[in-house]
Amino acid sequence: MSAVEVPNTQPIDGRLLAGAEFTRQLAARQRRGRLWARFFSLSTVVAVVALITLLLSIINDAFGFVISTYRVDPTTLAPDGNLELLSNEELAALLPERRLGAYLRDNLSVVPPTEFPSVPLGQALPGAILPPGVAEKTFAETTVEERRSILANNLNVDLLASLVELDVVSEDVRETYTLIESLFERDRIEREYEEKFGGASATDTVKYFRSWLSLDFITAPQASSPEVAGIRTAILGTVWIMAITVVFSFIVGVGAAIYLEEYATGNNPLERFIETNIRNLAGVPSIIYGLLGLAVFVRVLEGITQGRTILSASLTMGLLVLPVIIINAQEALRAVPSSLREASFGLGATRWQTILRTVLPSAMPGILTGTILAMSRAIGETAPLIVIGASTTIFVDPSSVVSKFTALPIQIYDWTRRPQDDFRSIAAAGILVLLVLLIGLNATAIILRQRIRRSLQS
Amino acid sequence: MSATNSGSAYSFELKDMNVYYSDKLAVDSVTLSIQARKITAFIGPSGCGKSTVLRALNRMNDLIPGAKVTGDVRFMGRNLYDPNVDPVEVRRRIGMVFQKPNPFPKSIYDNVAYGPRLLGIRQKSTLDDIVENSLKSAFLWDEVKGDLKKSGLALSGGQQQRLCIARTIAVEPEVILMDEPCSALDPIATQAIEDLMLELVKKYTIVIVTHNMGQAQRVSDFTAFYSIRKAAEADGIERRWGLLVEYAPTEQLFSRPTSEETERYIRGEFG
Ligand SMILES: Nc1ncnc2c1ncn2[C@@H]1O[C@H](COP(=O)(O)OP(=O)(O)OP(=O)(O)O)[C@@H](O)[C@H]1O
Ligand SMILES: [Mg+2]
Repeated sequence: MSAVEVPNTQPIDGRLLAGAEFTRQLAARQRRGRLWARFFSLSTVVAVVALITLLLSIINDAFGFVISTYRVDPTTLAPDGNLELLSNEELAALLPERRLGAYLRDNLSVVPPTEFPSVPLGQALPGAILPPGVAEKTFAETTVEERRSILANNLNVDLLASLVELDVVSEDVRETYTLIESLFERDRIEREYEEKFGGASATDTVKYFRSWLSLDFITAPQASSPEVAGIRTAILGTVWIMAITVVFSFIVGVGAAIYLEEYATGNNPLERFIETNIRNLAGVPSIIYGLLGLAVFVRVLEGITQGRTILSASLTMGLLVLPVIIINAQEALRAVPSSLREASFGLGATRWQTILRTVLPSAMPGILTGTILAMSRAIGETAPLIVIGASTTIFVDPSSVVSKFTALPIQIYDWTRRPQDDFRSIAAAGILVLLVLLIGLNATAIILRQRIRRSLQS
Repeated sequence: MSATNSGSAYSFELKDMNVYYSDKLAVDSVTLSIQARKITAFIGPSGCGKSTVLRALNRMNDLIPGAKVTGDVRFMGRNLYDPNVDPVEVRRRIGMVFQKPNPFPKSIYDNVAYGPRLLGIRQKSTLDDIVENSLKSAFLWDEVKGDLKKSGLALSGGQQQRLCIARTIAVEPEVILMDEPCSALDPIATQAIEDLMLELVKKYTIVIVTHNMGQAQRVSDFTAFYSIRKAAEADGIERRWGLLVEYAPTEQLFSRPTSEETERYIRGEFG
C-alpha cells in the first residue's frame, strides 16, 4: 500500500472534517496536547523540588556550628586531644571508678543485669580474659585495679576511647546551629557565644564548625550521648540483616516465581488462589509482618533463632519482601519471549534445561532489578524491627546471626524522637548514611544489570 | 488424497488426526503420509491450520495449555503420542525452524552448541567440530567463521535464519520442520535458504509451510493443500476449522489439481 495523501481541501464524504474546519480542529487538538505536556513537566518539577527540599533539610541539620563545654579538656589527656593515641591500659586508667561495674555489665556480661552483682565473674563474663583468681569472685569482691584490668584486656580501644570521651571528657554540646544559620547568621552565633558562654576567653567552652557526618561518626559504636555516638553498630546490624534477607528472599522468591510461571498450569484453583494472594500480601502493612515475625521467629522458633536476633529480623524482612520479589520475578519470567522457549524445547531441551539455560539468563536483569527494589524497601523498614525487638541500647557490634542487633532506621528513629537539638543532628547524619547505602545498593543493581544485559547481547 | 508411493519409507503417517485448542476443533481429520528424504510443502489460506499440523508432528503443541491431538500419528511406524514416548526425545529427532528467526541471545558458537550441550557434550574439540560442520551445512560458515563469539542477534535476518537451521542440524535430527522460514527474508536470503533445503533433503526429511506458491513449486516434492470450513453455530457464532483438501506430488498438484478449490487457490483466486 502506498502512502495516502491527507485531503485537506475537499471532504471525502460528509462525515470527516476538511478545510478551515479541519485546521481549526487540529489547532485545538494541538493545544490540548501542549497543555498535557506542560502538566507532565510540571509534575516532574514538583517531584524534583520535593526531593531536593528533603535532601537539603537533612543536610541542613547534619552540618553547622556547635558550642560545646567540656568537663575535662581532652588536650590535657592526650596529645591534641586525640584519645585514640592512648593504649588500652591508659584509657582504662582514665575511666571513672564508680562506672566500672556498669561498663562490665553493659559490654561484657551475658547474665541478666540484675544478677550481675551476685554471680562469679567467671560465669558472668565467660570467655573474657580475667586476672588470676578473679573468676571465682563476684564483682563486689574485686579491686578497682582488677576491674580496670578486665576492661583494658577485653574491650577494644575504640570502645574504651568512646567511654572516656563520654564520661571523662564529657563534651556537652550546648548549642547547635543549622548549616543555613552557620552560613548566613554568623554574627548572631558569635553574639550568642559571647553573651551566654563568655566567648573565646572562656576556658572550658569552644565554638567550632562540626560535621556531624564524619569518619568518627561512621566508625564509632553506638553510645547514649550524641557527642560521641557513632553509627557503626547500626550499619553493621543493617548489613547483616540485609545480607541474610537477600539470600533467603532471593532463593525462595525466585524459586516460587519459577514454579508459578513455568510449572503451574494455571488451571488449578489452589494455584490461582496462591497467585492472587501473593499480590495481596505485597500490600499488607509492614507492622503486620513484624507481629508475625515476633510470634513465629522470636517466640515459636526461639530454639533456632535465639529470640530477638539478627536471624529473626532477617527472616521477618525476608517474608516482608518475598511477595515483591515473587511478583517482579514473575513479570521478568513472563517477559521472556515465548519464541526463545520454543527454540530451546525444539532442540530437545527438558523443561528444566530450558529454564536454566534460556529463561533464567534472559530474565535475570529483571529479577535483579526487582530484588534490589525490594531490598531498598527493606533497608528503610522500621516498624517490623521495632516489633521484633531491635534494641537502641546495643553498644557492641553484631558478631553472628544470633547476635542482638540495632539497625540504621531504628537508630535514626530513636534519635529523632529525642528533644535535644544535637540528637536531631546525628539523626540527620544517620539519614545521610542510610541514603548513601541505598544509592550504593541501587548503583550495584544497575551495574550488575547492565553487565548481564551486555553479556546477553554480545 | 494420498501421495503416490515411490517405495521409500514414510517418515510420518497420519490417520484421522484432529487437533483441538481448548476443546475447539482447529484441524479436522487429517490423513497423510510424509515421505522420508523428500520435501513436503504445506500450503493454504491463513488460519487453515498448517502450523497446527506442523507443530503436531514434533509435539510442540504440548507446550500450549489446552491443546490436544487425537487420532493416529506415527513417526517411523511408532505412535508419536504414546504415553511412553517422551516429547523431549521426539523434539530432538524432529527439529523445527520457526517463521521468525529466533536465535538465543548468545554467541553464534553457543547458539549452535546449545543442542549438543543439552545432550551432555562438554568436550571443547567435539563441540568445535559440531559447530563448524553445522555452520558449513547451513552455508553460514564462510560468513561467520571470523567471529564465532559475535552475538547471534547481530546477524542479518537471513543469516539468523540459517543460524537457526545450523542449530537444528547440530543435534542430528531425522526431520526438519520449517514454518514459513523465508517469510521474514528478502529474495536473496530466500534463495539461499531454498538452495540449502535442496542440499539438506539429501540427508533429512523436510516439511515446510509456505505462502509462496513459487517456493513450493521450486523446492518441494509433495504438496498438501489445506483449506478452511465454516459453520454457523446455533448462537450465531461462526465456527471455523481447517482440513486437508488435496495432497499430491507437487508437479501434479500444480498442473492437474483434482479439486476445484485447489485450482482456485493456486491461481490466486481464493476467497
Ligand atoms: N495457541 C493457540 N490457541 C488457540 N487457538 C489457536 C492457537 N494457535 C492457533 N490457533 C487457531 O487454530 C487455527 C489454525 O491456526 P494456525 O496457526 O495453525 O494457522 P496457519 O494455517 O498456520 O495460518 P498462517 O498461515 O496465518 O500461519 C486458527 O483458527 C487459530 O486461531
Ligand atoms: Mg502459521
